[in-house]
Amino acid sequence: MKPEMLDSIDSAALPVKTKTQMKEFLAERDITDQEFDAILAQVIAEYQKTRIEPCEAVGVIAAQSIGEPGTQMTMRTFHYAGVAEINVTLGLPRLIEIMDARKEPSTPTMTIYLEEEYATDRDRAREVSWQIEAAPLREFGDITIDMENMQVVVVINEAVCEKRKIKVEEIIARAPEKIRNKRHYRDFEDPVIEGNTLIFIPKFREKYQNLFQLAEHVRLVIVQGIDDIERVVVRKEGGEYILYTEGSNLKDVFEVPGVDTTRTRTNNISEISQVLGIEAARNAIIHEAISTLNEQGILVDVRHIMLVADMMCMEGEVKQIGRHGIAGEKESVLSRAAFEVTVNHLLDAAVANEVDELSGVTENVIVGQPIQLGTGDVKLIARTIR
Amino acid sequence: MSSKLNVLDHDMVPQHLIMSEEEVTELFSRYDISSDHLPKIFHDDPAVKTISGKPGDVIRIIRKSHTAGEALSYRYVIRRPKK
Repeated sequence: MKPEMLDSIDSAALPVKTKTQMKEFLAERDITDQEFDAILAQVIAEYQKTRIEPCEAVGVIAAQSIGEPGTQMTMRTFHYAGVAEINVTLGLPRLIEIMDARKEPSTPTMTIYLEEEYATDRDRAREVSWQIEAAPLREFGDITIDMENMQVVVVINEAVCEKRKIKVEEIIARAPEKIRNKRHYRDFEDPVIEGNTLIFIPKFREKYQNLFQLAEHVRLVIVQGIDDIERVVVRKEGGEYILYTEGSNLKDVFEVPGVDTTRTRTNNISEISQVLGIEAARNAIIHEAISTLNEQGILVDVRHIMLVADMMCMEGEVKQIGRHGIAGEKESVLSRAAFEVTVNHLLDAAVANEVDELSGVTENVIVGQPIQLGTGDVKLIARTIR
Repeated sequence: MSSKLNVLDHDMVPQHLIMSEEEVTELFSRYDISSDHLPKIFHDDPAVKTISGKPGDVIRIIRKSHTAGEALSYRYVIRRPKK
């Protein structure tokens, strides 16, 4: 292939992917200018044919293309997604969750990739996981209730701290502070610190209940890791260690040293839109929806999902499909009323003196007119033959 | 702590670029549209903050497309409405 051919491919009105494929295909071949021109013209013609026509009702096509295979999906799946022992909502419930733009998925989970030097070494990958997995104080030592002196005694085990790479002092400093940050805690005196021992004394000592509740708080206070992340599983995949979590907190995980901030992801779409922005949320919706469908063996063209994701992310934040989102903001009264809560929409429209232009599909079906699409879009005027 | 997170480096975030005034005029006349017709993006969106975009700017987004390889998209920066 001649270099000027490359230039003419580059300047052609074709998608980048088609251009690269053409270049790859023609790279090794010996073709004349004439043949090349014919090929290019043919490719452009084929590409023009595949483009959707202006005014085509792509929304209806997308709705049917997702809806029909959706009926084949399992209603309820409590599946272990093949990955370790982490339970993830799949199937129809998950798809509904994505489209409804819930603030939090029912099973939040993260896939944490590690930076190169951590990803290949099991021990170092474990180290990162200690920094992420929420660990309560009871895992770091013995907690006993001393009823006689009305106190809770914590003896921190140094061997455990050594293994989990945390200093005893850190735990001693963090535990009382984090208990005080909780909403309902039993007030206590400043704890007495003696080497590895930490003694909590409740402020009000007339009831044993206070002592027991304080002890419960002391046991469960999270001294290492990120509060929202209940469990971390380390797995080796494709030559690198990857962490899978139960619970999700993208922002805090990004702060942990060793975490690859370019690939780590979560299934919580609203979190992605807050931390990484609306464009990342759009990508996340596409990825989550298509993988939920494909996991069930359903193949839907990605363009339908892309259209849905584009609509959801149109206004700068993730909006749900449905009456509080896209369907509820439609221009036409009749179209909104046909969807959900009919009476409210009609009543509000009457009060506000709203006018329906009858330009959409639903409205025209309701009033019994041809819809303004396809053959319905053509207006014929008869001209009398002389 | 690790180096500060750069949102634009993440795999899921496409390239965001602020368009110059001439580019915006050209874009609007090419498609015969105004800023109202563009999809929106909030001024405090992490990606907009990183490239320090202001309300009123138009941002060109170069997406990695599943079908075309690369796709251009535009968003108009607006202030996040108060709840």
